[in-house]
Amino acid sequence: MRFNASSTPRASWALKIAALGTLLFLHVPMWIIFLYTFTPDERTYTFPLPGFTTKWFAIAFQREDLWEALSLSFRVAAIATVVALVLGTLAASAVYRSKFFGREAISFLLVLPIALPGIVTGIALRTAIGGLDIPFSFWTIIIGHATFCVVVVYNNVLARFRRLHGSQIEASMDLGANSFQTFRHVVMPNLATALLAGGMLAFALSFDEVIVTTFTAGQQSTLPIWIFSQLTRPRDRPVTNVVATFVILITFLPIFFAQRISAQSSDSEGGSK
Amino acid sequence: MLTRISTFLYQRPRLILFLLLGPPMIYMAVVYVGSLFSLLINSFYSIDDFTGLVIGEFTLRTYSQLFTPANREIFLRTASMAAVVTLADVLIAFPLAYYIAKFASPRLKTWLLIAVTVPLWSSYLVRVYAWKLILAKEGILSWFITLLRLDGVLEWLLSFEVIGGSSLALSPIGMFIVFVYIWLPYMIIPIQTALERVPGSLLEASGDLGANPMQTFRNVILPLAFPGVVAGSIFTFSLTLGDFIIPGVLGNSKFFIGQAVYSYQGTAGNIPLAAAMTMGPVVIMIVYLLVARRLGAFDAL
Amino acid sequence: MTNSSIPAIRFDQVSRYFGEVKAVDQVDLEIRDGEFFSMLGPSGSGKTTCLRMIAGFDRPTSGAIYIYGKEVSDLPPYERDVNTVFQDYALFPHMTIEDNVAYGLMIKGVAKSERLKQVDEMLDLVRLPGFGYRKPSQLSGGQRQRVALARALINHPKVLLLDEPLGALDLKLRQQMQVELKSIQKRVGITFIFVTHDQEEALTMSDRIAVFNEGRIEQVGAPSDIYERPVSAFVAGFVGTSNLISGDVAKRITGSDQTFSVRPEKIHLGASGGSTDGNMVSIDGVVRDVVYLGLYTRYLVQIDEGSDLVVIEQNLKTTSMDVLSAKGQKVRLHWHKDHISRVGA
Repeated sequence: MRFNASSTPRASWALKIAALGTLLFLHVPMWIIFLYTFTPDERTYTFPLPGFTTKWFAIAFQREDLWEALSLSFRVAAIATVVALVLGTLAASAVYRSKFFGREAISFLLVLPIALPGIVTGIALRTAIGGLDIPFSFWTIIIGHATFCVVVVYNNVLARFRRLHGSQIEASMDLGANSFQTFRHVVMPNLATALLAGGMLAFALSFDEVIVTTFTAGQQSTLPIWIFSQLTRPRDRPVTNVVATFVILITFLPIFFAQRISAQSSDSEGGSK
Repeated sequence: MLTRISTFLYQRPRLILFLLLGPPMIYMAVVYVGSLFSLLINSFYSIDDFTGLVIGEFTLRTYSQLFTPANREIFLRTASMAAVVTLADVLIAFPLAYYIAKFASPRLKTWLLIAVTVPLWSSYLVRVYAWKLILAKEGILSWFITLLRLDGVLEWLLSFEVIGGSSLALSPIGMFIVFVYIWLPYMIIPIQTALERVPGSLLEASGDLGANPMQTFRNVILPLAFPGVVAGSIFTFSLTLGDFIIPGVLGNSKFFIGQAVYSYQGTAGNIPLAAAMTMGPVVIMIVYLLVARRLGAFDAL
Repeated sequence: MTNSSIPAIRFDQVSRYFGEVKAVDQVDLEIRDGEFFSMLGPSGSGKTTCLRMIAGFDRPTSGAIYIYGKEVSDLPPYERDVNTVFQDYALFPHMTIEDNVAYGLMIKGVAKSERLKQVDEMLDLVRLPGFGYRKPSQLSGGQRQRVALARALINHPKVLLLDEPLGALDLKLRQQMQVELKSIQKRVGITFIFVTHDQEEALTMSDRIAVFNEGRIEQVGAPSDIYERPVSAFVAGFVGTSNLISGDVAKRITGSDQTFSVRPEKIHLGASGGSTDGNMVSIDGVVRDVVYLGLYTRYLVQIDEGSDLVVIEQNLKTTSMDVLSAKGQKVRLHWHKDHISRVGA
């Protein structure tokens, strides 16, 4: 533990234990899923595990419906992320550049899809889409996902913009670059990390989403929907465990990297002063 | 050529604003707000009892249906669960948030924050599922309880009508545990952010003026952490209000708001009622958000 | 390079309002080709706003700005033949020094080999040879400032704008840079427009100075004019210390009650009752305070009910003991009539 100038008091043992307890509480359940991927027991969740087997990995690998769900989730997440990147960056640029009437309202509007319960968004979209007689499909899922993914990118990009010294943009224009050139040579390189971080978070968010998806999907199953349906099918439990572990890993990586990137870029290069 | 477009736009800042703000706003306004609006409108419609079709006429009949004893019970049940969950989350989140904000070295802090945000962004469904494993009758928690010879206590708890059930995995107690678990990161982060903003000098000043650590905690830290608590509770409360999956997976047959809404709009086709029911949480949430914004909670978001 | 009669910069009744606030209020100005021109004033006086309007980052609310005869009010910065050295240097953190300096050339489409050649020349000019591969974060403040200068000059602008570039440097470095900037300007020969709030800096470097106050220019002239003959109370007070005398006291001394100013170092302290010749003005007073400052001593002399004059005398022969003993003594103050500057109300 480091001592800084104001000599931070050391935490009491009670506090440390409580904090650790909370941390474990957060993480242990996910490890337990991993543990259960090795149980040979098909029907129950008996503990201790009656045996040890890796056969479920192979079985899961061969399931067609699983691959379809996975592919769908990927495609939806990819496109929703792209939409979110574009809309989020546009909105962040507008809010950063100009002072206009209703600026705070924009942030509020963008955060609503995440702040309101998923069921509200889901049902609202469902009634609207149904009311317009649009069939539920791949694209309606994306429409739903984009609404809450935009704010993730928006926040990241806006935060990054705020760390950018406005004088750099002026300097670029002063040196002869028009707005497009300035964007390309000065703004984009600075935004790149924010876009990456925001994009990865949006991807993870979309990949995992289940509530709004159940309302906006037609016959398709994304991976979370597949898992949801599995929760009521007692025969295939261990396969679900494998899938669950896989999902944890897949979403862990983008989030982890997004955090690292955001943390990194906030310590380094604070500008030219 | 690009330069000419650039100059053209440069001289017209309003136009740039429209071009930038246009697409996202149109999308959000049309798609999202529009949907919410249509939901609102639908809640004023009603269902014809015979044909089961939606009558497109303005009426308050559907809203009045919200006040039937059955529905009131649903609201009460959901709201009380939300409140209790929020309280528990505050208690459990606080030590960790406090530790991260004030006692962790910068390196440790980064890792701890990652450790908290990863579950936040991880699959909700998978995390709920994990508890289905843990809480199962033959599962790990049961085994643990038996080990500690606490089965009797468990039986006794489960025998309560309101909170009990046939097993942990199918009872409000179980739901409570899972709710607390699922929303925990949403509470940790705002509290941590709010506490981080408390300058160390305030704590030192308090000590300097004669307060012991407990008093400093109560009089300085707690009030300053409050906006963070409010921010976090927005999430826990709102998310619990609308959730239908956890009650579905872990509950008994007693409905929560989310499940009621889901069933109404699904097979029953009673969209107006579903819409009306949804309005309840929405109104609560908007009021909550406005109050929270007043209290400065938005900065902690 | 050519000495044309077209002014480098001309302001024609330029105003800039921010809502109700008049940041710049009907300013007329002419800056000559090839001169080192300073815009001096306290913060908020409008000097930086004027600079930004020349660069193109701000547009006048009314009036017109001409760069070598061409009206530029509507032109974006990248269409103007003007370059800026920013107060915070504004170097691009994600590029090397070389890329930073070559930026303007790169935008214009100059070939890489030619770019590198010119970058090397520029870095030599600002005395940072071989720094090309480094990044801004690795440089000190003074070095970054020179890179900013190189980055601007490499484009051979007609006018170079400098926005308080030396503000962040410590005293020694600042004085060094003042000399360097001046010599670079002479060598390159283009018009430099320099914004500062430090009057000593302006006096050191400029060919001419414009003193700004609350959005207006109070006086334009060579440093000696500004200093010796301030035309307003503000200029007298802002540039160096000054004594302002008005009303009856002024009448007694000069015969008219118009306010005038006289610089402290122009006043001589003599024995009470001494005589004077016709070119001098004299008046009696009592020394109220003495501050010994090593190189010189500052006296506060009360000459009349309420009127105090600040007098500065070098300690050529006197010691601290000598001067401190002057406190409370009666003295006679003399100064040359030419050193009086009448100040507008």
